[in-house]
Amino acid sequence: MTLVLFLEQTLNGLQQGVMLFLMAAGLTLVFGIMHLINLAHGSLYMVGAYVTASVTMASGNFAVGVVAGMAAAGVVGMAVELLALRRLYARDHLDQVLATFGVILTFNELTKIIWGPQAMFLSTPEWLSSTVEIIPGAPYPAYRLFIIAVGLLVGLVLRHLIINTRLGMLIRAGATTREMVGALGVDIDRLFTIVFGIGAMLAGLAGAMAGPMLAIEVGMGEKILILTFVVIIIGGIGSVRGALVGALLVGLVDTFGRAFLPLIMRAFFEPATADSVGASMSSMSIYILMALVLIWRPRGLFQAYGGNG
Amino acid sequence: MISLSRRTAVHVIGLVILATLPVAADLAGEPFLTTVASRVLIYAIAAVSLDLILGYGAMVSFGHGAFFGVGAYVVGILTHHAFNGSAVPFLPGEWMGTTSAILQWPLAILVSGFFALIIGALSLRTQGVYFIMITLAFAQMLYYFMTSLPTYGGEDGLNVWERSSLPPLDLYNDQQFYYLTLAVLLAFVGLMQRFVNSRFGMVIKGCKQNETRMKALGYPVYRYKLAAFVIAGMGAGLAGALAANHTEFVGPGMMHWTRSGEIMVMVILGGLGTVIGPILGAATLLMMEEVLSQFTEHWMVILGPFLIFVVLFLRGGIYGWLIGPEKGDE
Repeated sequence: MTLVLFLEQTLNGLQQGVMLFLMAAGLTLVFGIMHLINLAHGSLYMVGAYVTASVTMASGNFAVGVVAGMAAAGVVGMAVELLALRRLYARDHLDQVLATFGVILTFNELTKIIWGPQAMFLSTPEWLSSTVEIIPGAPYPAYRLFIIAVGLLVGLVLRHLIINTRLGMLIRAGATTREMVGALGVDIDRLFTIVFGIGAMLAGLAGAMAGPMLAIEVGMGEKILILTFVVIIIGGIGSVRGALVGALLVGLVDTFGRAFLPLIMRAFFEPATADSVGASMSSMSIYILMALVLIWRPRGLFQAYGGNG
Repeated sequence: MISLSRRTAVHVIGLVILATLPVAADLAGEPFLTTVASRVLIYAIAAVSLDLILGYGAMVSFGHGAFFGVGAYVVGILTHHAFNGSAVPFLPGEWMGTTSAILQWPLAILVSGFFALIIGALSLRTQGVYFIMITLAFAQMLYYFMTSLPTYGGEDGLNVWERSSLPPLDLYNDQQFYYLTLAVLLAFVGLMQRFVNSRFGMVIKGCKQNETRMKALGYPVYRYKLAAFVIAGMGAGLAGALAANHTEFVGPGMMHWTRSGEIMVMVILGGLGTVIGPILGAATLLMMEEVLSQFTEHWMVILGPFLIFVVLFLRGGIYGWLIGPEKGDE
């Protein structure tokens, strides 16, 4: 019984970690290469979720919705990059925080105007709404397994992209010394826009995947944004591998904390108190993890490619 | 010379506006404005304190709301016990709390300073983006800690049933509250002005420009930065204590990262690395909120692009724009 619960929670943790990875991969690239703190990354996640939900409802096909959501997030992301954010690369972090905070406010309000203040709900597509008995005796929702699969697939594709392609080479080079890449005649501006677009599409994909599990509402981006930052800090800024490890770590710690801390607390408190104390402690656990990692390794678990500067 | 007089003019006009605002609000038949203005002043204190580390020391703390919240909770908790007649836990003796501002406010400052000491001591081991995120993490920890403390309201927060008592003043009188807050702000601004121009302030500014050189010159950089971090935390705690009185409520929301972000926005909007700028920033942000929300419920659609505009085109924030370029600017 306990083993089954443990396995089930491990899968839940993996699933949450994979979602975080989709967010973190894009953010860490933008962060590592353009040195841009993009608080608005969560807004792209929100755009992905809303567009996916709307298109899915209109077309009746989840796959079409996901593609539309990713495309919308990518286009919106690149538009924001071209219009405003590219002017910020040379600025200090503070200006970036303020401007992207402005982007968040704008997107939240535009979303409210377009889709209204009520939360939207998207049902799980039929072909994924069954359960799979992957652990004997504990049927597990197929949709969550699907998310894990998608996330791992994206991880593999990204790995191939970064290690084996010319674009990936430029990304790695850009993360180490971007001036040199520019000096060698690479169109840095275009590279940055492409990288930003990739990050935005991944955020959109994460939002699309979240649709059938969470309420699609204004402000959903900020909730996941902070977790994403925790992930890339733990993993080391600019490192996609670090983002994966960090995401899985945060996903597992958070899920285990949520599942088991209330149970552990019941040994000390009465049930109602134990539940609330346990829930809050599990929310704190991620930040404690991050603080410990930073005190142990002030630059995160993985250094970005070649860079220790 | 011209720019100097322009700076003085901005200061004088600002002071006149602040000093006459409650009277003007009454004359205009909008006494509610005084309450709004008090809120502006309270956030101005928090913003000025953050600017000490953010603007002068280049320590980008994303957790300043935590100290604001701690200050507020000290007032809230002491009032809670005084009101209930229950003893404050973890203290020797049976102290029933207090509503006296003379005790409450210094305690709020001390306790938030203590938290700033611990958080700063750990956070200042990291730098740059990592510093931003670790301060954020500590603030979130405190946020969740207060959320999980049912004794003091947990998620729902705590009503402050009685404002602090500070005879002969009556803090329930909106005008008196306003002028008291204004006095606190001016005193704090004066103190900060002295700080940044003192030898201590020079060291902090030196660390911003070139920390390695300061170390090479033999300054214990870490200790100086930590001291600045603690002072900033204390300032935020004071603002929090006032805020608890102003809203008559304390809640974990005061420590949430969006609050820290708001205070940070005020500083950058008003003018980084100036003592007056953050006040202008607080006023601009909160008044825009107030005014725009009367025209449209979608006021953020105006505020958001405005913030982006300020960053892209108004370098030096509103204050920098008002006083114009000055000779001898860094």
